[in-house]
Amino acid sequence: MEEEKEVEPPQQPNHHNQDLPQVLVLGSPTCLQTLKQLYSHKFRFLIPNTSLHSLSAPLSSISVVICSASFPLTASVIGLLPSLRLVVTTSAGTDHIDLNECRCRGIQIAGAGKFFSDEVADMAVGLLIDVMRKVSAADRFVRTSCESATWSFPLGYKVSGKRIGIVGLGSIGMEVAKRLECFGCNILYHSKHKKSTVPYPFYNNVLDLAATSNALVLCCALNEETRHMVNREVMLALGKEGFIVNVGRGGLIDEKQLVKCLMDGEIGGAALDVFEDEPNVPKELLSMDNVVLTPHCAAFTTECIIKLCEVVARNIEAFLSDMPLITQVNIG
Amino acid sequence: MGTISVLLVAKVMPYLEQELEKRYKLFRGIDPSQRAAIVRDHSASIRAVVASSSGGPDAALIEALPKLEIVSSFSVGVDKIDLEKCKEKGIRVTNTPDVLTDEVADLTIGLILAVLRRICECDRYVRSGNWKKGDYKLTTKFSGKTVGILGLGRIGAAVAKRAEGFDCKICYYSRNEKPDSKYKYYPTVVELASNCDVLVVACPLTPETHHIINREVINALGPKGVLINIGRGKHVDEPELVSALLEGRLGGAGLDVFENEPHVPEELFGLENVVLLPHVGSATVETRTAMANLALDNLEAHFLGKPLLTPLF
Repeated sequence: MEEEKEVEPPQQPNHHNQDLPQVLVLGSPTCLQTLKQLYSHKFRFLIPNTSLHSLSAPLSSISVVICSASFPLTASVIGLLPSLRLVVTTSAGTDHIDLNECRCRGIQIAGAGKFFSDEVADMAVGLLIDVMRKVSAADRFVRTSCESATWSFPLGYKVSGKRIGIVGLGSIGMEVAKRLECFGCNILYHSKHKKSTVPYPFYNNVLDLAATSNALVLCCALNEETRHMVNREVMLALGKEGFIVNVGRGGLIDEKQLVKCLMDGEIGGAALDVFEDEPNVPKELLSMDNVVLTPHCAAFTTECIIKLCEVVARNIEAFLSDMPLITQVNIG
Repeated sequence: MGTISVLLVAKVMPYLEQELEKRYKLFRGIDPSQRAAIVRDHSASIRAVVASSSGGPDAALIEALPKLEIVSSFSVGVDKIDLEKCKEKGIRVTNTPDVLTDEVADLTIGLILAVLRRICECDRYVRSGNWKKGDYKLTTKFSGKTVGILGLGRIGAAVAKRAEGFDCKICYYSRNEKPDSKYKYYPTVVELASNCDVLVVACPLTPETHHIINREVINALGPKGVLINIGRGKHVDEPELVSALLEGRLGGAGLDVFENEPHVPEELFGLENVVLLPHVGSATVETRTAMANLALDNLEAHFLGKPLLTPLF
């Protein structure tokens, strides 16, 4: 989301405060409140009221930016910050950052690393069980159905023992696999490259993976190669009793086709934490019982936010001390 | 076998009903007045009763059926059947264990995640358009938490195995400590509740376990604790549970069962820290079909004079 949630009063001139390293915060990251609570004695957080030009400090003095996943850090924004040297994004993903521009300018990038892989994997499993066993739909049913002699609610699909195709076997994908193995699921995967240390069967394209899986769990990064990788063909291959869970990025799925496949009953259901144009969700999905919709919150637990703030702060401190970043993103 | 009279006393899946109809002379006695009429006219011929989690033969019905030989239940829980009366009269009782163990354990983890991560609430948040106004609040992590299991039987053990995949610590209470178990044992339910973050009720309902989750246990579980009930509604003192949730003495609850299904206390409907399900622990196409086949196979074995597949006695 682009709009700033709170209006920050102008920072009072304060000798101690003025000495602190300046950090520009873009995009209202969820961890901002906690960041300010924990680290205002170490950093002077600059938060634009409206546009960047409303900042009291000159843009040319900014060398460090904290950026949320919802703020597109484009070449033109980077162009307004001639002294920018470090971008710390509060997400694992970097698809919102013009990596080329950063590479050309020699700007370093730090991400959230693997710190919320557990949380995201937990959510992915929760979403998978929900859509296959109709948990949210059943909860709605109980809260809104009129009293009758018996409950009549449609049957769901078994999760244990099913074939689960994980797309992207990075840190998050591996944590999802580890959890689902305990459900007796057969884990299969597609990744950019086969991983020799991993015992699961590898498929070198998503279509073949979909054809042999009961459900796909999308855990990979969004980039030029992965955009719309789950297209109509993949969804038809997944089939009428197949399910999709997306905790990666909305752009991994051709959303228009997803809506069409769901409306036509070509796939069994979908559980989505991410969408192509957040916070907008295709209106057709809002009345479907075989979808589960969550507001891009797979990582956001109270435990995780504190960890995230620590990672952000430690990266900035490392940069300021000319030390290697803690969770550097390799941009070549 | 089409001449053997079988009385159905609870709603079951259509497949089971159809197969019973095909194989036996089936009397549908789900409605109490229908049942009374059937008993009045056919009591001397009924040799089998098919029950489920929502209904089973009580002492009065058993007494009224002099030719009753077997009760085949389409469920694993048999708390609706008067077992003592059956034993007294030498009536065999079968249920459907094992085929639904995985299913119920899957749903248990689903319930835990739905409560801790507020999945159903998040879904409501998106559907209502609230996401456009702002992010949903922070929720609670599941990985690494301590899960306490009340009743480490088949289902309890399956829940534990899945929770271990989330790096959870497992502890349990059982009538007797299990010497082969690697999990930590607590000799009382209150101690178990005091030492876990999520308490899962996974034991059978018997007179001893009726209201085993009472005010003391709920208070021990506490304002950050979560109760998950996939056993029977009567395991929990429901009015106590409701007041604890309303007063914030209990952190949350995931309930698949209630004391008087399908009645659910309305006070729970407005709470965002509860998830309420219509007794769907085993409700998948795959498992209900397997349960139905097991219930049918038990009946068939009995009438062919072969050993029962899953007798309780």
